[in-house]
Amino acid sequence: MKKLLTRHETYVFLAIIIFSAIITSVNPSFLTLENLFDLLKSYSIQGIFAVGVLFVLISGGIDISFTAIATVAAYVMTVVSINYGGNILTAFLIASVVGIALGMINAVVIYFFNIPSIITTIATMNIFYGILTVLSGGKWIYALPTWFREFADINVFTLTNAQGIEYGLSIITVIWLAIAIVAWVILRYTILGRGIYAIGGSMPSAHRAGFNVFKLQMFVYSFMGLMAGIGGVVQVLIVQTMAPNSMVGKELDVIAAVVLGGASLAGGAGTLVGAILGVAMIAMMSNGLTMMRVSSFWYNVFIGLTIIISVGVSAYRRKKRQKTAIAVEVE
Amino acid sequence: MYRKHSETIILGLVMVGVFLLLWALNGGDFVHIGNFQSMAFQLPELGILSLAMMVTMLTSGINLSIIASANLSGIIAAFILTTYISPEATGARTGLIVLVAIGAALLVSALIGLLNGFLIASVGISPILATLGTMILVNGLSIVLTKGYVISGLPDPIPFIGNGLVLGIPMPMIIFILCAASMALVLNHTPLGVNVYMLGSNPTACRFAGVNNPSVLLRTYLISGVYAGIAAIIMISRFNSAKADYGESYLLLTVLASVLGGISAAGGFGRVSGLVIALVILQMVSSGLNLLRVSNFLTIAIWGMILILVMAVNTMIARYQDRRRTA
Repeated sequence: MKKLLTRHETYVFLAIIIFSAIITSVNPSFLTLENLFDLLKSYSIQGIFAVGVLFVLISGGIDISFTAIATVAAYVMTVVSINYGGNILTAFLIASVVGIALGMINAVVIYFFNIPSIITTIATMNIFYGILTVLSGGKWIYALPTWFREFADINVFTLTNAQGIEYGLSIITVIWLAIAIVAWVILRYTILGRGIYAIGGSMPSAHRAGFNVFKLQMFVYSFMGLMAGIGGVVQVLIVQTMAPNSMVGKELDVIAAVVLGGASLAGGAGTLVGAILGVAMIAMMSNGLTMMRVSSFWYNVFIGLTIIISVGVSAYRRKKRQKTAIAVEVE
Repeated sequence: MYRKHSETIILGLVMVGVFLLLWALNGGDFVHIGNFQSMAFQLPELGILSLAMMVTMLTSGINLSIIASANLSGIIAAFILTTYISPEATGARTGLIVLVAIGAALLVSALIGLLNGFLIASVGISPILATLGTMILVNGLSIVLTKGYVISGLPDPIPFIGNGLVLGIPMPMIIFILCAASMALVLNHTPLGVNVYMLGSNPTACRFAGVNNPSVLLRTYLISGVYAGIAAIIMISRFNSAKADYGESYLLLTVLASVLGGISAAGGFGRVSGLVIALVILQMVSSGLNLLRVSNFLTIAIWGMILILVMAVNTMIARYQDRRRTA
């Protein structure tokens, strides 16, 4: 219990419960299964991206290029699917391969040229997105194959609400949850996961402890690429359009959500539960504001305040802890 | 000593190379006076914003809120200008209102800078997170104020700031030169500048050297904010309007320009002269490719490639020098 109280995730969770209570008291339809399923589906893109971002942040890096990777992967997937046919598995496979390949480029540049990850990925973001826009002419694609369109509407199970309208748990949500579980297992129960925390905590120590830093970084950035690829396909599934300019520019929002969940930008810290709670917090706020009939113009003001207050409180607590620690040392 | 200047030499060589290459590709059009003038009109916006980014990077920080601050300041100034200036107003009154509007823009951006400084120095939030938060918050305020619309039709003296010529030199360029010179002056010839570099190299050592770190950080982000405000004035006058999401793509480009200019992302190193050379390179590539009718997006992709190339070459040279020293 005591351990639970010191954890950042607990506070995020409490904040979510308090906010939901407030929103529900204003509009009871917030806390319904139907709205929950809707939210889970529409935020699965951010959720999938967040898993990848979490891995990169834990390893002590940062990736700004994932929205560009997602756009490239989704675009290649769309063009190949339209021209050569295929099915939903090949669609995900193509996007994953493209995503992993681009992620590997990031890893190679970061490791071999020793360029900070933020700078590498700012550069590669512009390179990936720039080249894609030039080659594609920035055109939107609407004519998606039928099998692709239909996949987005599959529900794992269906329920009927009081008005007789059917709703259910989307297969897209299930994909997201499956990814989250795999990621959770990797981080918690494998040597690979330990290694990612280790290089994030201290790269030289991890190296001396026998971890292969290059392989671990390669894994982390490829994994981010994989998540970007899958997230890109999910984006196309949800909006039913391949719009090259729909994702780039949203990268900082996802990073903000993950950080809200307690991941540290200095590396070595962060949990999957935290990342998911962070995304849930952002999802709940934007949806809740709409439900409370607050104009959507206010959305960013609230998100900004939430981030400042949340990271401010944890930073302030850390600062105080450090002060007391020093005092004890002196005595 | 050689190492300190080697990066500037590489950059200078890249600049000359880029210039010759684009001259060869474009012929006379590239060295035409009109092309230089249009470059001098385009460079200052990104230039002043990059200065705002650079000074925070020197302290090993970052300021993600510069574009959002610039937009909010621009919106406030545009509000004042469009509300209080009527066509029949006399010259003196108009001039006063313009000054008030510019003052208000600078005040708003200074306040945002102070907020950033407070969050980073006093609360202890890491710069990237604090400024990410203020970026979203300030952008939100801009959206609330404008309801997402454009405020356009700014009265007369304003467009001159962005589009006027003084002795054949574009007004924004003059402002940029003043900004760059005063930044160089502050960084190289004032105690604050020395402290900024020291803090960026090693904050702990800096603290034990008796420097008041929080105060240095506060002033750094204040300067950064004010520069964003100056950029705001150029932006609204060049667009002749203000909006919540102008220039969002500039944000990461300012980091790109700073790093290309030799400003270390880890803090403590980098000079204004390097940044200026980097900006000239980026602008030449952009204008030169534009003359060749190459897409803007490809230009930005090429900027990214130049950045990775220069960083990679720097790493190689550093490694080579290390090896020679140990051998």
